[in-house]
Amino acid sequence: MNFARRRFLKSTGLGFLALGLPPSFLVRAAEAQQIGRGKALVVVFQRGAMDGLNAVIPFKDRDYYSFRPSIAIAEPASPENRVIDLDGFYGLHPALAPLKSIYDKGQLAIVHAAGSPDNTRSHFDAQDYMEIGTPGIKSTPDGWLNRYLNEKKKDESPFRGVAVTAQLPRMLAGSAPALTLSSIEEFRLRNESMAGALQKLYANTTDSLFRLGGQNLFAAMNELKQVQAKIPASSEGYPNGRFGAGLTQIARLIKADVGLEIAFTEIEGWDTHVNQGGATGQMANRLKELADGLAAFYRDLGDRMSDVVLVTMSEFGRTARENGNRGTDHGHANVMFALGGPVRGGKVYGRWPGLAPEVLYEGRDLNLTTDFRAVCGEVIARHLGQKDLNKIFPGFRAQAPLGLIA
Amino acid sequence: MSAPLTQEQKVVHLLNRTGFGPTREEVEKVRRMGIRAYLDEQLHPDRIPDGLVEEKLAGLKTMRLSSRELIDLYPTPQQAKQRTNQNPEMTGRQELMQGPRVVILELQQARLLRAVYSQRQLYEVMADFWSNHFNIFAAKGADRWLSTSYDRDTIRPHALGRFEDLLRATAQSPAMLFYLDNWLSASPNATIARFAPNNRRRGLNENYARELMELHTLGVDGGYTQKDVQEVARCFTGWTIRQPRGEGGFYFEPRIHDPGEKIVLGRRIPAGGGMDDGLTVLDLLAHHPSTARFISLKLARRFVSDHPPPSIVNKAAEAFRQSDGDIPTVLRAIFEAPEFFAPEAFQAKVKMPLEYVASALRATGAEVQLSHQLLRYLGRMGEPLFLAQPPTGYPDVGSSWTSPDMLLTRMNFASDLIANRIPGSRVQRETLGDGDSFARLIAPDALSPTTRSALSATEGGQSIALLMAAPEFQRR
Repeated sequence: MNFARRRFLKSTGLGFLALGLPPSFLVRAAEAQQIGRGKALVVVFQRGAMDGLNAVIPFKDRDYYSFRPSIAIAEPASPENRVIDLDGFYGLHPALAPLKSIYDKGQLAIVHAAGSPDNTRSHFDAQDYMEIGTPGIKSTPDGWLNRYLNEKKKDESPFRGVAVTAQLPRMLAGSAPALTLSSIEEFRLRNESMAGALQKLYANTTDSLFRLGGQNLFAAMNELKQVQAKIPASSEGYPNGRFGAGLTQIARLIKADVGLEIAFTEIEGWDTHVNQGGATGQMANRLKELADGLAAFYRDLGDRMSDVVLVTMSEFGRTARENGNRGTDHGHANVMFALGGPVRGGKVYGRWPGLAPEVLYEGRDLNLTTDFRAVCGEVIARHLGQKDLNKIFPGFRAQAPLGLIA
Repeated sequence: MSAPLTQEQKVVHLLNRTGFGPTREEVEKVRRMGIRAYLDEQLHPDRIPDGLVEEKLAGLKTMRLSSRELIDLYPTPQQAKQRTNQNPEMTGRQELMQGPRVVILELQQARLLRAVYSQRQLYEVMADFWSNHFNIFAAKGADRWLSTSYDRDTIRPHALGRFEDLLRATAQSPAMLFYLDNWLSASPNATIARFAPNNRRRGLNENYARELMELHTLGVDGGYTQKDVQEVARCFTGWTIRQPRGEGGFYFEPRIHDPGEKIVLGRRIPAGGGMDDGLTVLDLLAHHPSTARFISLKLARRFVSDHPPPSIVNKAAEAFRQSDGDIPTVLRAIFEAPEFFAPEAFQAKVKMPLEYVASALRATGAEVQLSHQLLRYLGRMGEPLFLAQPPTGYPDVGSSWTSPDMLLTRMNFASDLIANRIPGSRVQRETLGDGDSFARLIAPDALSPTTRSALSATEGGQSIALLMAAPEFQRR
């Protein structure tokens, strides 16, 4: 029986019918619901603080080149290793070339000088704030993606919220069920004969931490057995490594229509204090992996991209000036990408605050003009249809809509 | 649970906190010696003979080599190629082909074998605690060869010593200087930094200064500012290493030091202090009340609960201040506080993956050999040893270790272990005992009714695997 049908039967309390042949009107009703094929949001967290000024380069800002004598990316008019011009002011790092055609098709938007308004330069605190969605307030118990899952109750697919990481990220942690899954193939018990006993053990334990984790695990394993046949094989073309592998799994789950609504993955290695490199080198390698992954994901999903928005973020940006080791230290505002069919792309959003020393944040970093919650809130409201954002980003109200989502 | 712990529970609790979980022998030993005498002994590891673990580690050649020797013997494939091109008779030398991966693998194996076999359990717990506190990432560049010495010569000698000594040792360790980039930090005004061609040391790098205060000493709310970060970074200019992949030792390079006056946490450090600037900062930080609190909180979190009662943190912090950061004194304050054996603390901690795997191997009395498979399991559970990339190390709170994928990996580990499907570990079914006696060993009188009834429906190895996969055994 297909996924949508079983869901429907379960949710209408007609599960017993699954034992025999359900009347055809029920089948038709279930299929009409199209539970599986829904809209999805994918969040990519770039841990370590990406240097946004060298990812999307404000090459017309005079101060950019004076601040970065050894790591700046050359202007578009230069003979080689140059910025890929986007609009005469901003340009992409050459390692982000795979994203250019998506930008040109209008399905990649960029928001510059964006991020979290808190002034912390601690990786840990800044990531935490971005994940719980309340910068400056540490006591928030859950992540904003989890609050979304709670707020917009619907179909209870165990695949509704999935992180393809080992650890459940704070952003997806909370009372709503959320899954971690690093490999679809290995997501099974190696000794099946223990399944019944273990499932019962975890379902009935008074230890709430394990009850929740166990419930999500067994619900997903059981479901996975049912839908196995629907899950397509991995596509080619993703970069090697955990990031590419994670995106592959997400794409497969989306294509399988198993009810995935929120997905999370991460890419590490952005903390470039030393020898960051320019058009080539350390950071260029990270950007290439990022761009190759995103472009592969975009290609892989094809038409399904019309249901998907992918958003990238990183805990803070890096200093406007390069430091003494051809690297950059912890800074403030950064750049975000939004990719997908519903995105009104081909444009760099956000007001550019400038890099003149007197307008830098605390005299050293790119100032922030767009709160990351304005970007994410708009995706949640306009793409996922959750208009009321009070519970998801408490205490935050975006000033004016960015117009990021069609 | 609110009844006071039974004597049997106390023993198991103690072994779960001061070590990597109970074994039948260890339970017997505590029963014989009494808790107080056992703790005394554990706080003086030099008094405990540890021959078995030495024997187990004997095959790990890299553990005895200096950083210099490791760099020479385990080059990257490119370096090996260069070298054999220059010197053809070196072709085919075994180590040259293995690369630095072997160095990290042996370091990981040593950590696991020590957790399982050492009689100095508390010492091993503290070595693990401090290497997570003063985290480095063993796969970053030169740290592939420097981490062995970091563990052996920096962390382990001070794991039960004085905090200040440990702090200074890490500040001067090539592995930390490299990991947090301080070896490159230079005064922007230094002539040598500005004019030497291709000199990478041309200015300030804040990385170490920030993490030193945020993660190693004061804590993020410990009362420092961005200005302090910059001032501390200035103090540490010149604390460097010659060549990360060559003569790697720590030295002070006055020519890249910023000689000017600095103000750190309100204290004036006069101009011209040279290397003493850094030492003054370490002294200031080691004795700062925020450090006493922060270290005490982290210790209480490891030994008591994720959110330890403020009363026990206060006692530990007081002991820290009074004893000038003597680590055994702080630990004793924690172990002797009534909060330590309170019913609320029993089974309050979720095991981190190393704790889970080691406790399973100990409780089953598994025979463990050098094994990559066990290390791979640790990786999939989320704790590849010595490989936490961010300077925060691995989180020590339960919610970080209970994701569905992690639980699944633990369940699979439990059944693989009992089925002897993990190369490098071997469980003797005959000596395992039955489910009931195993339950007494891991959670005496503390199984939930559900687990008890599930247990009675299984038998033999299956029941042990079930217990090790059950929620009770995920806790300590």
